[in-house]
Amino acid sequence: MSDVHINAAGVHLDGLVRRFGDVAALNGLDLVIQPGELIALLGPSGCGKTTALRVLAGFEHPDEGRVMVAGKDITGRPPNKRDMGMVFQAFSLFPNLTAADNVAFGLRVRGGATVVRRTRALELLELVGLGGTGNRYPHQLSGGQQQRVALARALAIEPRVLLLDEPLSALDAQVRGQLRDEIRRLQQRLGITTLFVTHDQAEALSIADRVGVMRAGNLEQIATPDELYHRPATTFVAEFVGTMNRLPATVRDASTVEVLGLARPLYGGTDDGAVLTGKAVTALVRPESITVVADEEGPALVTVRTFHGANTRLSVRMPDGQEVIADLPSPLASGLNPGTVVKVGLSEGPVLIG
Amino acid sequence: MKKPTGWWRWVRWVILGVVGIYFVVPMLASIWFTVQDSGHSGISFSAYAAIPGTEGFSTAIVLSLELAALTVVGTLAVTIPAMLAITLRLPRLRPWVEFLSLLPLAIPPIALVAGVRDLLQLGPDQLAGTPIGDALVSSQDPSLPWVLVVVYIVLALPFAYRSIDAGLRAIDVRTLVEAARGLGASWPTVIGRVLLPNLRSAVLGAAFLTIGLVLGEFTISSILLFETLPVWLVKISGENASESVAVSIASLLFTWALLLLVSLADRRRRTPRLEALA
Repeated sequence: MSDVHINAAGVHLDGLVRRFGDVAALNGLDLVIQPGELIALLGPSGCGKTTALRVLAGFEHPDEGRVMVAGKDITGRPPNKRDMGMVFQAFSLFPNLTAADNVAFGLRVRGGATVVRRTRALELLELVGLGGTGNRYPHQLSGGQQQRVALARALAIEPRVLLLDEPLSALDAQVRGQLRDEIRRLQQRLGITTLFVTHDQAEALSIADRVGVMRAGNLEQIATPDELYHRPATTFVAEFVGTMNRLPATVRDASTVEVLGLARPLYGGTDDGAVLTGKAVTALVRPESITVVADEEGPALVTVRTFHGANTRLSVRMPDGQEVIADLPSPLASGLNPGTVVKVGLSEGPVLIG
Repeated sequence: MKKPTGWWRWVRWVILGVVGIYFVVPMLASIWFTVQDSGHSGISFSAYAAIPGTEGFSTAIVLSLELAALTVVGTLAVTIPAMLAITLRLPRLRPWVEFLSLLPLAIPPIALVAGVRDLLQLGPDQLAGTPIGDALVSSQDPSLPWVLVVVYIVLALPFAYRSIDAGLRAIDVRTLVEAARGLGASWPTVIGRVLLPNLRSAVLGAAFLTIGLVLGEFTISSILLFETLPVWLVKISGENASESVAVSIASLLFTWALLLLVSLADRRRRTPRLEALA
């Protein structure tokens, strides 16, 4: 079986501005995607992530800025001249065509013998795990199968860039996980430059080489998933990605902060620490950094216990009434039921303040 | 849905029966009138056999069919691009276009044709010798009166609009267009290979409604003095009643046959949806 030949291209979204009336959906967005890289754009509704993808695809025209692909300015090119494959959130297969004909559509537009197109389409359906379904119509396929066909259709034209606009959001959880892994496997195998838009944090963190968190039309931070999660650049990123406890704290000196009665290194340890010495601040602490052990002297009380299989999430009420969220490996949470008096601690490691 | 029980089960059949009788009895009476062999017992299809040879029939039916075909083409050529433009680019205009599409229903045909006739009169009067004047005169050629095509397109708009609108609402037009454009398709390819095939039911429905309207329209064609099929029918009804009724029954059967063809052409093979793993 001949493989898909991808000539991956780098992408540069240079200072993009796109307004809808008084609202700036994109506000000077600057984003570089390296050839063969998968970037996930993450953010709340209305942050501009889909608008950014649509500008790259050519379905929206920016008011300012440029779209560069492989060093060339393609800002003014129509979508059918951009050599990009796209998978949409909504099921987008052409209802009047079979799965194989859908996959072959882009090839047919470009010309070529029918036999060659048909062979290619069947190869791509094999690639996405749908060998044998070429003669089915979209209404005869499940949602996951339809998105696989859509992926094969996007890859058939050997695009320089692959665009995925929340392709998994309409699928159930199990199917979503399977297809997500499939997309990542194919993307890495083919080395295709990919922009993946999603509102699902777990999806973004698990699939991407780098994740860009967007807010109000611009990037708050773009970094590897690990860096984004453990070293968020702003309070917004810290609170948007994953769960975050907001705990009262006091800055002891330029490099130390006191949280839950414990001294911990101040994340960053910058001049801000010196400025804030002695002042009350808010510490941003991940649930997995909180420790909880049963202790009759307390002073805290477990209020909610939620079992998540390998992990258990506890909600613990502190003496001042604050609720703290803690994620523990389930064996460690054994016996920590609602009503249990516990002692709350903090793992070693720097603490972020916001 | 819960099945009706008790007396309601019988009441609905009674209602259906009464309605059926209301529609079927006049039709059966008409058919009986046309096949009754007057002066002899038994039935005769002579009224139907005489239709092709009746003076003016072939001219009238050919004219009506030509007008129907041209009106269908013209109506779809106007409606489909306009509605695609509204759906994809100008959704704010939709309420206005919907309002305009309903106007032909609100204007009585007699008022419409009065205005058309005054306009046509400008041709040989104030606009004589000008290109517009000549066009107005030539549009009234009895062999193919284009003025009727234009008027019928206006009359057909409400029906065509609703049919095409229903078809467009049943598919995700924007996503399909963007998917096709992203794959490299030009606009003609998008419309010809993606949209129209998925609007087949709607287009056929609009075409059928237009054909039915044209074949049955009498007021405008008679006042403008064009001998279409309905006008010819009224003309011979005074001379040969059974033959005129036979033509009416035949045109009704033709319309039903057309509807059946439309339904058969639109029917898709449906197979049970397969249980499948992603």
